[in-house]
Amino acid sequence: MNDTSAALVRPPKMEQAVNDEFSPIKISASNVDVFYGDKQALNNISLDIEKNRVTSLIGPSGCGKSTFLRCINRMNDTIETCRVEGSILIDGTDLNGTEIDPVELRARVGMVFQKPNPFPKSIYDNIAYGPKIHGMAADKDTLDQIVQYSLERAGLWQEVKDRLNEPGTGLSGGQQQRLCIARAIAVSPEVILMDEPCSALDPIATARVEELIDELKQNYTIVIVTHSMQQAARVSQRTAFFLLGDLVEFGDTADIFTKPQDERTQSYITGRIG
Amino acid sequence: MAAEHIVTGYDQDLRRLENMITEMGGLAEAQLADAINALIKFDTEQATAIVENDKRIDALESEIDAFTINLIALRQPMADDLRVVITGLKIATNIERIGDYAKNIAKRTLTLASTPTIGGSINTIARMAGMVQNMIKDVLDAYVARDADKADAVRLRDLEVDQLYASLFRELLTYMMEDPRKIGRCTHLLFIAKNLERTGDHITSIAERIHFMVHGTMPLDERPKSDTSVYTMVGPES
Repeated sequence: MNDTSAALVRPPKMEQAVNDEFSPIKISASNVDVFYGDKQALNNISLDIEKNRVTSLIGPSGCGKSTFLRCINRMNDTIETCRVEGSILIDGTDLNGTEIDPVELRARVGMVFQKPNPFPKSIYDNIAYGPKIHGMAADKDTLDQIVQYSLERAGLWQEVKDRLNEPGTGLSGGQQQRLCIARAIAVSPEVILMDEPCSALDPIATARVEELIDELKQNYTIVIVTHSMQQAARVSQRTAFFLLGDLVEFGDTADIFTKPQDERTQSYITGRIG
Repeated sequence: MAAEHIVTGYDQDLRRLENMITEMGGLAEAQLADAINALIKFDTEQATAIVENDKRIDALESEIDAFTINLIALRQPMADDLRVVITGLKIATNIERIGDYAKNIAKRTLTLASTPTIGGSINTIARMAGMVQNMIKDVLDAYVARDADKADAVRLRDLEVDQLYASLFRELLTYMMEDPRKIGRCTHLLFIAKNLERTGDHITSIAERIHFMVHGTMPLDERPKSDTSVYTMVGPES
């Protein structure tokens, strides 16, 4: 095989995957097992998540993708019966280690949920709450700046700048979800976890959030769980396919959706009985 | 194909695409066989029918185009399904060209029918046509069976067609040198041979697409090439 034929085999990248080159590892999971009581939910998962890339986790319901996502900011700590084994390193430090404070970790690793869940407070306070409790703003001006910056980053500023004191719950579903993303951004996270962020949104609101995800990856590392394979294909550079608690296949999104290596991945993404 | 899709209509669509390709390929195969038969026998009636029948192949190509575009828009195929659909679209184009070459041979047959035959050239052309026909048959079988190994084997056989074409080229040039009155007839035969050689190229391309459909990559090895006719000169200038 000479260079020319190699170039032919490697297809030109599409716009959304232009920044597809390998990036340093932000989060490295090795041999992660998760148990809920006696039931094992994840089996020996090893997965590297690259910085400034969008990694999507796909798979049928109950495959463990959300469980894995929740390991990354120790959300599983809140579940009494849940036990996590193996190691997950963030910038080389074990996030289950004693030196890591889960509250600080969750500021570094923000999360956006399936259903928009703004606080029953004003739009302004929704964003300002995090920076306040983490002591990130010395005065009102700084806080104002953080609120404006976060809303701008979430593409919501123009729509809400004249009604910052109205309740966040009065916004439309799509706006509420972007408000939650702005709220996650406000505490300057390094990683943003998204658990089916668009499943409650209409296609236009979904497109806005996807566009936002694409922009946010310049500054953040994003891990998204989605049931929509088209969404995974559209927004992510890496895709991991989970099935029954196993990581079946992990690779470049373009490869997973055009030539998956594993029969089970193929069956799932093409809509066959897996 | 592996297991059935959860949505059965999707499987029906994919099967329909496969059936259209197979029908189109079968038609092109028959057209080529008829074209050679008409040439050997100078059967103008058959040649006229071939020109007419090509419309069916063209119509099928349009149907396949429209069908695959709908399939992509409505089913959003992924992975092997996507490769099957795209391959179908591209193979249809190759088959349409093969149909055109058969039609062109038939048209030239109508022109040649009034002239005497020239040496053994027709026999060489018939031999070349036989090779190409076997290649079409095998490549269509490989398509239906999703058999990349068989497709790869067909791909390598194009070498023999090229070699025969190169020798035919030289032979016909020699006839033209010997007797300028033969230039008209020989030129038509040369184009007929070129049509067959190009048909072989399209079959090769179909074989490569089948490889892609099955494996998701194009064949990596360089195909042996032996069309020396491009370097051939006969006569005082050589």
